[in-house]
Amino acid sequence: MSTATLPSTSRPTMTQTTTASAGAPALNPAYIQIKDFSFYYGAAKVLHGLSLDIPEQQVTAFIGPSGCGKSTLLRNLNRMNDLVDGIRHEGDILVNGHSIYDPLIEVIALRKRIGMVFQKSNPFPKSIYENVVYSLRVAGRNGKAELDEVVERSLKGAALWDEVKDRLHESAFGLSGGQMQRLCIARAIANRPEILLMDEPCSALDPIATAKVEELIHELKKEFTIVIVTHNMQQAARVSDRTAFFYLGKLIEYDVTTNIFQNPANAQTEAYVSGRFG
Amino acid sequence: MKRFFDAELETFRSDLVLMGETAIRQVRDAVKALVEADVGLADRVIAADDELDNLEIKIDNEAIRYMNLRAPIATELRLVIVGMKASHDLERVGDEATGIAKRAVRLAAEPPLKPYVDLPRMANMAVEMLRDALDCFLKGDTDKALAVIRRDKEVDTINKQLYRELTSFMIERPGTISRAIELMFISKSIERIADHATNIAEEMIYLAKGKDVRHDDSVKNG
Repeated sequence: MSTATLPSTSRPTMTQTTTASAGAPALNPAYIQIKDFSFYYGAAKVLHGLSLDIPEQQVTAFIGPSGCGKSTLLRNLNRMNDLVDGIRHEGDILVNGHSIYDPLIEVIALRKRIGMVFQKSNPFPKSIYENVVYSLRVAGRNGKAELDEVVERSLKGAALWDEVKDRLHESAFGLSGGQMQRLCIARAIANRPEILLMDEPCSALDPIATAKVEELIHELKKEFTIVIVTHNMQQAARVSDRTAFFYLGKLIEYDVTTNIFQNPANAQTEAYVSGRFG
Repeated sequence: MKRFFDAELETFRSDLVLMGETAIRQVRDAVKALVEADVGLADRVIAADDELDNLEIKIDNEAIRYMNLRAPIATELRLVIVGMKASHDLERVGDEATGIAKRAVRLAAEPPLKPYVDLPRMANMAVEMLRDALDCFLKGDTDKALAVIRRDKEVDTINKQLYRELTSFMIERPGTISRAIELMFISKSIERIADHATNIAEEMIYLAKGKDVRHDDSVKNG
């Protein structure tokens, strides 16, 4: 399907979509505001004028076929794409009301406020303990009492504490895949970020480890604003409050998750969530 | 392992139980209003039908939402499907109770055609069948559900007896026709309530065992 055949989608915003069905989750205020955001890798325009508000302390799922731009958008939220050559953007992204592209903003400080969990768990070749406190050590915080407290709080927050509390100083590589992913979540929340970005956090996990991470997401949203990219439709349906469907770099539909999966407004959304294309 | 959405199924189950209890109360009150010529009670039954209608809608919405977001399989899927069907049966039970209550109001204005013996007996049987079908839902006791299905014939038999009896009343004394017709319809309503109890019992066997016993004569005849 070429872009030319796409229906012209007026970019939905939170205010347009809040008249959702009864029983929809209450709408929290926007924490991340994406405003008419376009993004280019060199000459290739990969995101086309996206506008959406991401509510605080809720889970927002980005779905869409590979190459639709959802990971690119996710990586823009903490300016990780800055590391790529030849990129440029138009429009703006606001976190808690402030532009992340403000020349006065320090990118490192921004990233401290935004934790990230990747598709494949990537523990450092260090002990479980040192993995969790890595960002604090980098920041020069070495007090044992503080680090001990952070390790316990973060591992408990990632529902891993009970499984590893007796072997904190053993290598992180001795953990199972599911445990490693939860360790990465513990590391991401150690520095108390405001936002947690998750890029297919369960795609390498078995169903039991996936269920544990989903339970964890459900718990963590009480404290963090969470954005999750997933290819698993059932996972998006289970864990998210709102779902955004992207196709070919455009935002096709954004609504409360119940509506996206029960009564999507757009035929392409319906075809995608029911597994008929993409 | 426990999941964060398990509570949604608990709500679904308790709404279905509440709907069952409400339907039983409606049938009992409607028949009591008839026997005691209590117009006030009959009016309350008519007004309370909305409770059942609203519960049916709530249960349907919960079921659709659960299927949509939680992708239930096996026992969970059967629970959600059976819950929707049973709630539809219970809503119809409520409609029959409302019909009885409306006729009770009209009959209360006239002297009773005959002492009310068979109708309350029949209504008790139907209510017991509903109660046992609900018990099967709570405890998974399929023997009780099978017994419900077999008792349906007894209610049918009384309904037919009443039909003959009321027909002879009408032939002998045309002045009784309007009252006799009201009573025939009430008898038919109670017979329908027992049919809905039977449906629910069959649904509960499907829930517990995954076995479809509808239209199976060996089950009905024991």
